[in-house]
Amino acid sequence: MTEAPVIRVDDLRKHYGTVRAVDGISFSVARGATCALLGGNGAGKTTTIAMLLGLLLPTGGQIRILGEDIPRQRYRVLPRMNFSSPYMDLPQRLTVWENLTVYARLYGVRHSRERLATLGRELDIDAFFKRPYGTLSAGQKTRVVLAKALLNEPEILLLDEPTASLDPDTADRMRSILTDYRDRSGATLLLASHNMSEVERLCDQVIMLRAGRIVAAGAPRELIQRYGRKDMEEVFLDIARGIQSGEVVA
Amino acid sequence: MSALSLQRIGALALRYLYLLRSSWIRIVELAYWPTVQMILWGFITRYLAGHSDVIHQASGLLLSGVLLWDILFRSQLGLSVVFFEELHSRNLGQLFISPLQPLELILSLMLVSLARTLIGVGIAVLLAIPFYGFNLFQLGPPLASFFLNLILMGWAIGLMVSALVLRNGMGAESIAWAAIFAIAPLCGIYYPISTLPGWLQPLSWALPASHVFEGMRSVLLHHTFRADYLLYALLLNAGYLALGVSVFLGAIHGARERGSLLQSGE
Repeated sequence: MTEAPVIRVDDLRKHYGTVRAVDGISFSVARGATCALLGGNGAGKTTTIAMLLGLLLPTGGQIRILGEDIPRQRYRVLPRMNFSSPYMDLPQRLTVWENLTVYARLYGVRHSRERLATLGRELDIDAFFKRPYGTLSAGQKTRVVLAKALLNEPEILLLDEPTASLDPDTADRMRSILTDYRDRSGATLLLASHNMSEVERLCDQVIMLRAGRIVAAGAPRELIQRYGRKDMEEVFLDIARGIQSGEVVA
Repeated sequence: MSALSLQRIGALALRYLYLLRSSWIRIVELAYWPTVQMILWGFITRYLAGHSDVIHQASGLLLSGVLLWDILFRSQLGLSVVFFEELHSRNLGQLFISPLQPLELILSLMLVSLARTLIGVGIAVLLAIPFYGFNLFQLGPPLASFFLNLILMGWAIGLMVSALVLRNGMGAESIAWAAIFAIAPLCGIYYPISTLPGWLQPLSWALPASHVFEGMRSVLLHHTFRADYLLYALLLNAGYLALGVSVFLGAIHGARERGSLLQSGE
């Protein structure tokens, strides 16, 4: 028997007046998979993630995460998932340690000191545990926010641009941390990214959005083959510019 | 709705405690205005004691008024300002994707507001003893009921102000400071409600604080504790607090409709 998907979205819609930010999308993500939501600015990626988290109420459609209805039963699921985005901050004046301690308690993490120490080593943030979060560089902040997202060892990890504002070396380390975490824990990852090499390396499933609709979906290799391109970067450009698979562009 | 968790309420309260201890200026700031007010009204009391029968009769009237008023003001401000910290630090989204429930957020804001009020007003109350020989505790057991009612009213207003800012953005922040002063003239802090024009008095009696200040005058001038004032104040507070919680929860629901929890900030 096939295991039920951990994320199941049916006919999800979010309308702001006449603007259709998300316009009837359906998809599912299997346990342990890494799925990317791709699309240009305003395609509906962040809106979709916000609805999965229950931060945004859908206009219509249904979301089920770990078998629970979102947003109605979100408090049953939230302890088992987490989210990292460089666009959502933490209190600036609190030190990194204080911030992570507060969130460890909010997520009910047992042995939080040990967990923080482990994450400190893994993400190389222990050197600035005592510094106020507001004094960190953008790259350091991204790592701290990722540490927050890994505190509760989530079964589902949602990531918005996980390596934005990181130098190539640190970004590469972050990707290794994410794949290690996924392989070790069996967690499901859903990420929005503009970094196509990252998507090729991390993801086994891609959902391409344009104007709130799914315009293509499949494994990265499948899409590259379908569009007759050499990598995901070119596939992304085709889709963002509205070129159908198989069309030849002069 | 899942069960409320004391651990999560405590976790958020800890976040504010960390913030408070990160800067001694914040602690000084808590006690600064209540103390300045107390000193100012202490001198006014000294002056009026020789010129006013009422003040001569109960010299603690003005100082009790100013200190009790500060309980109301600080509890409202304590709740709103702490909530604004989340908006300023763009942390609200992080909180709402954590298992923290809106009611737990409200309870932790109340807990921190209580602590801030006790620190801020407590220092002014203690300083009034050596400065003017005035001890607020002379009000006796009724002081506890006055304190309870004023803090409840402060929380109700604080929740409504926070909801307004969540709905309209940080541009509405100044309302947190202004809101309570709009009702100050109606509360009868320094004068009986009967001083107000007749048409304003029903409005005044609709405020729990008016019953508290009338109750305070009754204790100081007539040495009588009026349980009826306490009861009215409690009933009114139950209504205002229910309204404040509903408005705040409604504002969170509205923010989830609009998607503003993701971008909330300065």
